[in-house]
Amino acid sequence: MSRLPSLPDEFERLEHEIVGRLHRFDVDRRALLKILGGGVLICLAAPAASAQESGRSQEREIPQELGAWLHVDRDGLVTVFTGKVEVGQNIRTSLAQAVAEELRVPVASVRMIMGDTDRTPWDMGTFGSRTTPTMAPQLAAAAVTAREALMDRAAQRWKADRSKLSAGDGRVRDTASGRSASYGELTRGEDLAATVSAEAARTPASSWKVAGKAAPKVDGRDFVTGRHRYSSDWSLPGLLHGKVLRPPSFQATLVSVDSTAAEKIPGVRVVRDGDFAGVAAPDVTTAERALAALSPQWREVAGQPSNANLFEYLRTKAGPAEERQGGGSIETLASADVKTEATYSVEYIAHAPLEPRAAAAEWKDGKVTVWTGTQRPFAVREELARAFRIPVEKARVLVPDTGSAYGGKHTGDAAVEAARLSRAAGRPVKVVWTREEEFTWAYLRPAGVIDVRAGAARDGALVAWEFHNYNSGPAAIGTPYAVPNRSVRFHPVESPLRQGSYRGLAATANHFARESHMDEIAKAVGMDPLEFRRKNLTDPRLRAVLDAAAERFGWPGRKTSEGRGSGIACGVEKGGYVATCAEVEVDRSRRSVRIVRVVEAFECGAVVNPDGLRNQVEGAIVQGLGGALFEAIRFGNGRIENPHFAEYRLPRFPDVPPIEVVILDRRDLASAGAGETPIVGIAPALGNAIFEASGVRLRRLPLLPEGVLPAAPAAG
Amino acid sequence: MASVTLLVNRKKHQVEVSSEETLLSVLRDRLDLTGTKYGCGEGQCGACTVLLDGKATRSCRTSAAEAAGKPITTIEGLETDGRLHPVQEAFLEAEAFQCGYCTPGMIVSAVALLASHANPTDEEIVGEMTGNVCRCGTYPRILQAVKKAARPARRGPAK
Repeated sequence: MSRLPSLPDEFERLEHEIVGRLHRFDVDRRALLKILGGGVLICLAAPAASAQESGRSQEREIPQELGAWLHVDRDGLVTVFTGKVEVGQNIRTSLAQAVAEELRVPVASVRMIMGDTDRTPWDMGTFGSRTTPTMAPQLAAAAVTAREALMDRAAQRWKADRSKLSAGDGRVRDTASGRSASYGELTRGEDLAATVSAEAARTPASSWKVAGKAAPKVDGRDFVTGRHRYSSDWSLPGLLHGKVLRPPSFQATLVSVDSTAAEKIPGVRVVRDGDFAGVAAPDVTTAERALAALSPQWREVAGQPSNANLFEYLRTKAGPAEERQGGGSIETLASADVKTEATYSVEYIAHAPLEPRAAAAEWKDGKVTVWTGTQRPFAVREELARAFRIPVEKARVLVPDTGSAYGGKHTGDAAVEAARLSRAAGRPVKVVWTREEEFTWAYLRPAGVIDVRAGAARDGALVAWEFHNYNSGPAAIGTPYAVPNRSVRFHPVESPLRQGSYRGLAATANHFARESHMDEIAKAVGMDPLEFRRKNLTDPRLRAVLDAAAERFGWPGRKTSEGRGSGIACGVEKGGYVATCAEVEVDRSRRSVRIVRVVEAFECGAVVNPDGLRNQVEGAIVQGLGGALFEAIRFGNGRIENPHFAEYRLPRFPDVPPIEVVILDRRDLASAGAGETPIVGIAPALGNAIFEASGVRLRRLPLLPEGVLPAAPAAG
Repeated sequence: MASVTLLVNRKKHQVEVSSEETLLSVLRDRLDLTGTKYGCGEGQCGACTVLLDGKATRSCRTSAAEAAGKPITTIEGLETDGRLHPVQEAFLEAEAFQCGYCTPGMIVSAVALLASHANPTDEEIVGEMTGNVCRCGTYPRILQAVKKAARPARRGPAK
């Protein structure tokens, strides 16, 4: 049996749902009307669309035949097939290491085919830190199976004693006779007929020779020379450039569009289909001119929410609460020695991948092929099939290594747009979103409000913990501390803005609220924040990272001086354990905050690529401090008000403090993913440090939306 | 439309351009030099950086006509006879990237920086490169790579 552990349906629904689809083509409706006749259309179409958008695909069989995963050619080159995609998390390298380890070949002889729906096994998508815990073992099992099959083949060919054979350096050797053959000589380029077994005996991490060591990025040279082709760089013979007409505000509907002027521009093709209008032209400048020449009439929707009433909106529009962690009796809170309560909030933020959404599409003989940067190629294939009413076999999606995603590229919006334009133009069309489109028409990390109430005994033991998260999400919503009485609830809301997955999901918001509040209770009971956490922690892995970070930071007996403060935070999510310490300097007269240094300890089981992991942890801290300090989407009236880098501040060189990363390598434990969880500690660590330095407790992310401490601090 | 001569990576190209067409779009879409990236179109991220007359220049905010006749170096022009430029070598060694999309602009900006500051301090690197965004957050590694490339032993053609 080689089934990978399947994720619970709920995981998909709650963690990765993207609200809303950008386009509905008339071509859908006409076809549906033919099949169904008029009236029932809307009530039938809606559930189908939402099922599609949540990506809830029926359970899929993972192929068991080895040839679906791995092939060894005549020259011994190993080709590996996986539906996972490379978006900067470095799995093209770490997965190749996992295969090289088991097949006993150098990493350089492994070539990964990734995210190609015609060639790679079905995969739900690259998210949730699932690649290392699920795909790496799957590919390692395929490699073990291949190694065994190669040895079987050699034993048969040589009529040799199988137990005397060994595999290494791409060859099978007979230790008895001394003869050997390369893998390529053994396969002669034919698929090895074998079944991948999940029980295949994989090499324990303690014996790793290839995995467990830093490996340079596969194809790294192509990235420093500009040779690598991203989707946005894709070129095809006769390629046209596409632009899509965007509504002036959310929920606006296209009443009419006059395209006479645009159509007069030589080489321009205008497409109108349902609420979709777009142009294709031989070059981008002409496409932009044609788009500007369209005269649309829109019907806009007034009275949409804005930042000013967002949190009130989320509270009042919340649906039925879902209990996520319970136990004991929350009524005990009322009689606790020390009681605290506070409300925290997080704004919508944007992924802002440096490569915006892009796709190049081409139709041939009724089949569409799309090169696009997405984390879910198979879901995008379904989006295409649905949009064009074609079977999935008539759509192929390929994902060139992509200019980052951070959870922001789960959908196929640009793919559908490029395919629609290409179908009309009869030529390949590429659509590359502008930065403004990316900010406005992609989707955002959910905003949220979190209410916390807690009770503790005078000695600092937590007694009761009540936690309500409105909209931001249930990831890491439960407390890892030992609290006998708990009520932890998620309140889903129909978001006023299109929202979806983001690196770490709601774990950042939930950690911010919980770890900030832990400090608030620590203060109320008069304990040091580190000691208070230690007192209430039983999980040995979490204690280990907390102690490691505190030690490297020099937390115990740390010096406090005027204007300086330190903060600590810890947590566990997706199998990764993290603890973060930050020191800040606050200038009270200028209300400025400077991060002096950050120390983070991280543990995710056995480490596959130590330098790759370190890179991910450092990057997560840097990205996390943007959301912690200043990133926020401003919106109102159905518009994003800061859809440019000049107005939406991103972390830049001067924002980055000295960062020390402590990796705890647990060779005795299975490897967990690491792309997400290292992001969750920085916001609460900074908030707690600012409090220690200034006495101002900040309970909103971003902490410093104006770049400085608020003028009139809320009562602590 | 006007005919202009662009001197890109020591080669002459004759292109017909409209007055509004950017150097970025000509490089990418007409000359197939796609190493130079679009990131924002507003000169705020540095992904589109090229050397124009030796100076780091945002090609998304430069018209092709303005660049006519001046030497232009793109990321593709830094390699010589298959040998990487020391800055490219240093980025590879420091693994100063994740998704790599900002990398060409970072490298070109660093080449310009090192041309004017042979041994830059951390503050000078941070100050000069603040216009380049790495959304993956590899700034500490980029800083190390630039310093590595600046070491006297590394100057001149790479071995």
